[in-house]
Amino acid sequence: MDALMLSRLQFAAATMFHFIFVPLTLGLSVLVAGMETAYVRTGKDIYLRMAKFWGKLFLINFVLGVVTGITLEFQFGTNWSRYSAYVGDIFGSLLAIEATAAFFLESTFIGVWVFGWKRLSPKAHAITAWLVAGAGNLSAVWILIANGFMQNPLGYTIRNGRAELTDFMAVVLNPFAWQQFAHTILGAFCLAGFFVMGLSAWHLARKSHEEFFGASLRLGAGVALAASILVAVQGHFHGNEVARIQPAKLAAMEAHWNTMANAPMYLLQIPGENGENALEALPVPSLLSLLAYNDPNAVVKGLNDFPANERPPVSITFWAFRAMVGLGTLMPLIALFAWLKRRDLGSAPWFLKLLPWTIPLPYLAMQAGWIVAEVGRQPWIVHGLMRTSDAVSPVSGGQVGFTLVVIVALYTLLGAAGFYLAGRTVKQGPDAAH
Amino acid sequence: MLETIWFLLWGVLWAVYFALDGFDLGMGMLKPFLARNEFEKRVIYNAAGPFWDGNEVWLISAGGVTFAAFPLAYAAMFSGLYTALMLLLFALIVRGVSFEFRSKIDSPGWKSFWDACQVAGSFLPALLLGVAFANIFRGLPLDQNQIMQGGLLDLLNPYGLAGGVLFVLLFLVHGALWLAIKAEGDLRERAAAAAGKLWPVLAGVIVLFLAYTFVATKLFDNYFLYPALFLILVLPVGGLVMARVWLAARKFWLAWGASAVLIVGTTLFAVIGLFPAILPSSLNPAWSLTATDAGIKASSSPLTLAIMLGVALVFVPIVIGYQFWVYKTFSFPVTKEELEY
Repeated sequence: MDALMLSRLQFAAATMFHFIFVPLTLGLSVLVAGMETAYVRTGKDIYLRMAKFWGKLFLINFVLGVVTGITLEFQFGTNWSRYSAYVGDIFGSLLAIEATAAFFLESTFIGVWVFGWKRLSPKAHAITAWLVAGAGNLSAVWILIANGFMQNPLGYTIRNGRAELTDFMAVVLNPFAWQQFAHTILGAFCLAGFFVMGLSAWHLARKSHEEFFGASLRLGAGVALAASILVAVQGHFHGNEVARIQPAKLAAMEAHWNTMANAPMYLLQIPGENGENALEALPVPSLLSLLAYNDPNAVVKGLNDFPANERPPVSITFWAFRAMVGLGTLMPLIALFAWLKRRDLGSAPWFLKLLPWTIPLPYLAMQAGWIVAEVGRQPWIVHGLMRTSDAVSPVSGGQVGFTLVVIVALYTLLGAAGFYLAGRTVKQGPDAAH
Repeated sequence: MLETIWFLLWGVLWAVYFALDGFDLGMGMLKPFLARNEFEKRVIYNAAGPFWDGNEVWLISAGGVTFAAFPLAYAAMFSGLYTALMLLLFALIVRGVSFEFRSKIDSPGWKSFWDACQVAGSFLPALLLGVAFANIFRGLPLDQNQIMQGGLLDLLNPYGLAGGVLFVLLFLVHGALWLAIKAEGDLRERAAAAAGKLWPVLAGVIVLFLAYTFVATKLFDNYFLYPALFLILVLPVGGLVMARVWLAARKFWLAWGASAVLIVGTTLFAVIGLFPAILPSSLNPAWSLTATDAGIKASSSPLTLAIMLGVALVFVPIVIGYQFWVYKTFSFPVTKEELEY
């Protein structure tokens, strides 16, 4: 394989692994800060114990998210140097702002949070929790503005053989970026909700620490329910934005080949890659037009009207989108049931046993969502502006292949250690030493 | 003008990064030599605990600013030094995780595994950063398309390795002095003694490295052009001398501060010598990547540089402010009861 394909694999492996940890950091940091605030407000010991227990799991997750994030900043230069040189004027400054305005705050105060239990007043300590949570979510703003530029480049002109900034506010207020931010943050809260709910159910099914995990589960269920509904509703508007700005991605998401008004959606569909689908059956008339443009008569452009070298890989985008939407439909139902039964879960022991197994669902949904976003943007690294194949560094495939192997091996090891530690922490429950 | 300001800020960011992360990298390397038991190991971990993460963000910022202010240099540097930077990355990853994971399980095998990660993850970055920067001082074999000719082994030339040794020694002394501040009793004495023993070695290597730099690089050219610039040497020389004086007087905070000044001064001395090049080309000076028009201009557009300057002027003082507060809050020695957190 050449450096391009290996670099794509390397970046995919590094980002997908990084994004196992990021959403939990975003969501759980806020929940833990909320628990600490509840403790400061009410003085009830249970909230302090909740903050400490969930905080321990948060930290294991946090450190893996931080160290794997550094990889990405390196990779833009190591593997995508032509990209960096071409759009660095805009993209580089967004990453630098993220580091200065957000990541510094998060990384500095996480140390204070961990080591400050005895040194700070409860109130000051709760404030550090909010600083960490706020800074983490602020980081996401800047990173998604940077990604938003790759999806929908704005505020630039081509000068001196590269993209140069002309309108900073246009870059920052990129509507596509803010849709992505809303979708990511809501997804992150949904994930944190399922995480807390599922692990609490594991203990409740064993009748251990029932008061503690009952309160945790109610919190998790409430967050999961609200976030999973909001992310689905907002996802519809995000989809409208995709249809408007990235019609080729939308067509790939739906494996929609032929331009037409009143485009149907098929209940049974197996995509093909060359001009038509392998199977299309049970059409729902006009549904695709309606969902994409809120108008059943809207014309939906098909993949056949895009040059072959401007079409994203269809099957991957199509199935990833189906996975995300399917999981996104299932999760509000699970969360709703949990929330309705939140005070009486003992009456449904089967459900308590089921809930821990629902934890992977939001993780899979988020990974699938990012596959839609990034694979669906291909063949562009910056939509309509630069092709991925023109972005790769002039490095040898051997170097890239070797580091790909090391990254996968190292990440597997770290992931296994983190999973093991988290599992142990959960089993030990809230009253373990340290 | 903006380009020159950003060139200096770029140098300052790297200098601050070396001065801050330098001590926790140094302690990570010293741990197997200074800690005699589990308690002392934990003291060393906790002496870095509240700070290392915030320190490392200076590296992210220095990298980010290279990307934002000099994208062509970022692209050439990171792709040209591919394997060296990936090794640096892997080392920083295992080191970062070792801080968090080590204390979580009370088993000797688990702990010694993460201890080994900590030592390797501290030594490799110190060495690799030294090797990388010495090679930048010397000039990289960049062709007219900003592509580096040669690989990892070409970086391991004698001058590059000398830079690696220099960085390792700077960080060792810096780490030993920090441990003398944060530890108590025997461990503090051993840390202070280690700093005392390492100091003459460091002083000797600095003198030799400076002489080697005169022979192997063009860093002195700017200084002979504007001899007043030699005044910058007050920082590294003063820092080096005062670190020893204050160490002997057992004023560890001052000694550590002097060591920080030494590291900052050494970095700034080299950065001023590099100006206006960020990555000098050893093949042809016209192919050097520069902040100004002297070679291939690597800078971002004036608009980006101006916006970034605004961001830096607002946020860097805020960052310094809260990091200062953190250092002050956690300036006390790590005691037995402190470890029962």
